[in-house]
Amino acid sequence: MTEPDAGSRIIRIPAITRVEGEAALHLRILDGTVTEARLRIYEPPRFFEAFLRGRAHSEPPDITSRVCGICPVAYQLSACRAVEDACGAVVDGQLAALRRLLYCGEWIESQTLHIHLLHAPDFLGHDDAIAMARTHRAHVERGLRLKQTGNAIMELLGGRAIHPVNVRLGGFHRVPSRSELRPLAERLRIALDDAWDTVRWVAGFDFPDAECDADLLALAEPGTYAIESGVPTVLPADGTLPPRSFPVHDFRDHVTEEQVPHSTALHSRLDGRRHLTGSLARYAVSGHLLSPGALQAAREAGLGDPPLARGTEGRTRTEACRNPYRSILVRAVEVLYAVEEALRIIDAYEPPPRPYTDVPPRAGEGHGATEAPRGLLYHRYAIDEEGRITEASLVPPTAQNQGAIEEDLRVLVQAALAQGPTSDADLARRCERAVRNHDPCISCSAHFLDLDIERHSDPV
Amino acid sequence: MNDPAPPPERARPRLGVFKFASCDGCQLTLLDCEDELLGIADELEIAHFLEASSDVAPGPYDLSLVEGSVSTPEHVERVRRIRAESRYLVTIGACATAGGVQALRNHADVTEYLQTVYARPDYIETLATSTPISAHVPVDFELRGCPIDRGQLLEVITAFLAGRKPGIPNHSVCFSCKQRDNVCVLVAHGTPCLGPVTHAGCGALCPTYGRGCYGCFGPAGTTNLPALVPVLRRDGMSDEDIRRFLHTFNVTAFTAVEEDRP
Repeated sequence: MTEPDAGSRIIRIPAITRVEGEAALHLRILDGTVTEARLRIYEPPRFFEAFLRGRAHSEPPDITSRVCGICPVAYQLSACRAVEDACGAVVDGQLAALRRLLYCGEWIESQTLHIHLLHAPDFLGHDDAIAMARTHRAHVERGLRLKQTGNAIMELLGGRAIHPVNVRLGGFHRVPSRSELRPLAERLRIALDDAWDTVRWVAGFDFPDAECDADLLALAEPGTYAIESGVPTVLPADGTLPPRSFPVHDFRDHVTEEQVPHSTALHSRLDGRRHLTGSLARYAVSGHLLSPGALQAAREAGLGDPPLARGTEGRTRTEACRNPYRSILVRAVEVLYAVEEALRIIDAYEPPPRPYTDVPPRAGEGHGATEAPRGLLYHRYAIDEEGRITEASLVPPTAQNQGAIEEDLRVLVQAALAQGPTSDADLARRCERAVRNHDPCISCSAHFLDLDIERHSDPV
Repeated sequence: MNDPAPPPERARPRLGVFKFASCDGCQLTLLDCEDELLGIADELEIAHFLEASSDVAPGPYDLSLVEGSVSTPEHVERVRRIRAESRYLVTIGACATAGGVQALRNHADVTEYLQTVYARPDYIETLATSTPISAHVPVDFELRGCPIDRGQLLEVITAFLAGRKPGIPNHSVCFSCKQRDNVCVLVAHGTPCLGPVTHAGCGALCPTYGRGCYGCFGPAGTTNLPALVPVLRRDGMSDEDIRRFLHTFNVTAFTAVEEDRP
């Protein structure tokens, strides 16, 4: 696989493993300079935005759930928020709390899956969690147990963990009683220890130096760590304060697709600049609003004070953690937070008088955004007088992150080349690892990302 | 990190997990078997499972689990290669078994769909139809559901290891509903429900949550759709509502029932 460093060199990774969906990498190196680093999506198009047209306004939550089996709750709730926005409906009180509880289940499940089964093997030098279990069986079992607790929340509230059936516009088909939630609280109290152990475990990993050069975009909600609602908020790459925000209705004015020169890739850009969504962005924008326990965990994990912690008022600049390898630390802290938050919601729960608020259709346009485990997920729908969808657009987090991921790859390979001769296999292994830092969700992104158009013409 | 010397490997059947057009949810179901996953890995050598492992081994495979529908020219070639390398091939989920929700394109103009979703449709390679694996190669067993049920997946794997046929009944959701002592949402509440014509396997989840079944496991072994349609109309559904109800996650399979094709 190795070839001498003479002239042009092309490295291809035909299938990135331990990610959700199908993607390939393509690197082009000319005279020691990386001229192209592309994350290529060969996930086939499934045309959700097209076949949603003509469907009833009540259908996007169930239908868009099928975009992604890893983050169905994110799709269901972004869809609900967008349609409810179009119809002028507000879901609040205990129904909103139950939605947050369901979302905590997805965060616990999906983040734990990524930490233990997809990402940790990179830090410990294994091909997968099965191999890792030979030397770290207790850690893998702990991860599976924690993941199962996240699934238990989704199974109780949603009916099942993948494509839950109980979510509807305005709330739920059926809401649980207090006594039904009690056994869940028991499990969550055990999960609290597992979540703390996970933070301490990943804090002991070795983290390569890296800095993601991108603006950080996450939802912000006054007084709480934003999950199922919030206002898009940006902390620029240079840390300029205060962070700027814009209404979710203006999302498409700020986040746009751009054709990049000399490339066929469509990149998502935020006000013309590269941006990153996901755990690192959330910690930067909302970290100061974590619970005291999660903040303590963040400090113990070495994440330092959140960039917007008390004391930054009046300052013009702040420092955020931008090392993508360390995103595993934020994920572990977020799992701990989601466990605590789930316990808090269950403790304060009083069954609402009705399981849902009515959302009668009306003509108009609606926007909704929530924080999927891997970043901000935006939906927009236009609805006609008959209550039918006339337009739909979905902007998944990985489509937004593609530019930042590719820049990470370019910087990584350039630095590796500067250190001396490297084999293609070694570069390929390191690149795959850099992609996994961002927990990309490629099934989601097939709508939007650069597709593998050179598949048949590439020199091998 | 020094691994202890692994115990001498006994020959285990080799498992392959493959993906076509899909959401990844059905293969995730395997990782959702938290209590059984390490045990499964003791019994089966996980030879090809891109979502879970970087250790990718070539075929042949004793058991192949195939997720997703055939929707590009490359898929047509790849599914044949996988079949040739597989002793026992099981499709998992509505996409692989019936073409999935993306088969809604089969009744539409794909060129128009491409122009709706992509700025440069000429870059995209796609087929005009999304079709089940069985439309291309022989399939040994089809597991239903959008997504599949974890218990049924474990049954398929257990049956394979024991060398017997999977015990997956093909009766309707109504049977499961009765087993759970649910009050019938269709009869008692007038809630439109596809349970009477839908394949069991989910444990009658939707009626248990007070909602009508929406058919995500596809048609049951025997159905009487002409008897159900007037009941759906009685409960306030228009013919267009009924068409949409049937034409979602298993559109091709329910269309075959509507047209009374086998």
